[in-house]
Amino acid sequence: MGHWLVTTGLLQTLLAYLATAGFGVLLNIPRRAVNLSGWVGAAGWLTYEVLFQLLPTTVDIKLAIGNLVAAVVIGVASGLAARYKQMPMIIFNIPSLVPLVPGGQAYRVVRNLVTGHPQLATHYLSQVVIIAGVIAIGFLIAEFCNHLFLHFSH
Amino acid sequence: MEKTNLVMQTTLLAGAILLENGAEIARVEDTMQRITTNAGYPDAQIFVLLTGITVALPAVPASQVRAIHRRGMDLEKVDQVNTLSRKFAAHTLTLSEFSAALTRVNQAVPTFPFSWLLLASLVVSVTLMVAFTGHASPANLITCALAGGIGFSAFDRLNHHSPLRFLSEFVGAFLIGLVTLAGHYLGLPDYHADAIIIGAIMPLVPGVAITNAVRDTMTGNLLSGPARAIEAILSASAIGLGIALTSFFY
Repeated sequence: MGHWLVTTGLLQTLLAYLATAGFGVLLNIPRRAVNLSGWVGAAGWLTYEVLFQLLPTTVDIKLAIGNLVAAVVIGVASGLAARYKQMPMIIFNIPSLVPLVPGGQAYRVVRNLVTGHPQLATHYLSQVVIIAGVIAIGFLIAEFCNHLFLHFSH
Repeated sequence: MEKTNLVMQTTLLAGAILLENGAEIARVEDTMQRITTNAGYPDAQIFVLLTGITVALPAVPASQVRAIHRRGMDLEKVDQVNTLSRKFAAHTLTLSEFSAALTRVNQAVPTFPFSWLLLASLVVSVTLMVAFTGHASPANLITCALAGGIGFSAFDRLNHHSPLRFLSEFVGAFLIGLVTLAGHYLGLPDYHADAIIIGAIMPLVPGVAITNAVRDTMTGNLLSGPARAIEAILSASAIGLGIALTSFFY
């Protein structure tokens, strides 16, 4: 695990940082938020990757738990970043989701339907539903955590 | 009467900017409610749907509607509306100044130049291809950068001129498919068409839209959430079809 962290883990974190910052530019977030939003995304993706390596379960359960915890991490980190920079949370949590959200799977559903692989399409469709649902629940949990922080810090 | 009209107009404009640029329904309702409360109408009724907003002030027999025709993503505008709304709450802006500032935000905010957008789409495509698939041979990296850049530029240029977002997405995806197919016929070594396509479409795919659809539905917006889902399904179909058209030639 230690070896994985310093090789693949570090590389994946950097890739996620670049991808999130790039996606932030595409969504036209304010310039002074690009760097921080990149790190929020990197934290979320690293969480997901570590859980994916460690969990001893089937792929679907790994996807569900990994995305859930990653969404909570992103939600809480965005809440902190938003308060630090005095900006709305949406500027940090929307770009940070780009490595996690099931956009690639959604495209694969349609592509497999068109090219005549309905079974693969159903498989990817179930992944879309699992990931989207779990990220939404993760954000709800994160919102609850943010309220708690705010409550105790006053 | 003058004041109630201005309150309703300002609230509607703030809500419309938020909704047109990617905010969730709950955030739009919350911000609008704050504005009416700060303007002295805490009992205002606000009804937000994905395609239109209604504001009513029970103190006077009046209500106003604003239709929302196009939705995109511009988080700079969301941030500016948020900042202005905070200033209005802190009484550093009057209602008419707030209204004028919102009109300016709606017309012009700083955007990144096209070269930055192109560079960003290259970075998103290439980094996510490596992160998802682990294929990092030079042939894959270069083709993915090319396909991602061309696909996104076509989408972006077309989207400025055509009212049909799905058509722009279809053309973008089709070009990505063509570039990838061309690479396949060049016979490059260690070439993975599937990995390249997955990376190159990342700037286009409606992942955030799908997640927002679920989030809006969960907060009780049972009309707007599913409406967003329909929008996302159409996008995914446009992109999937664009790629599938070229995938028959491998």
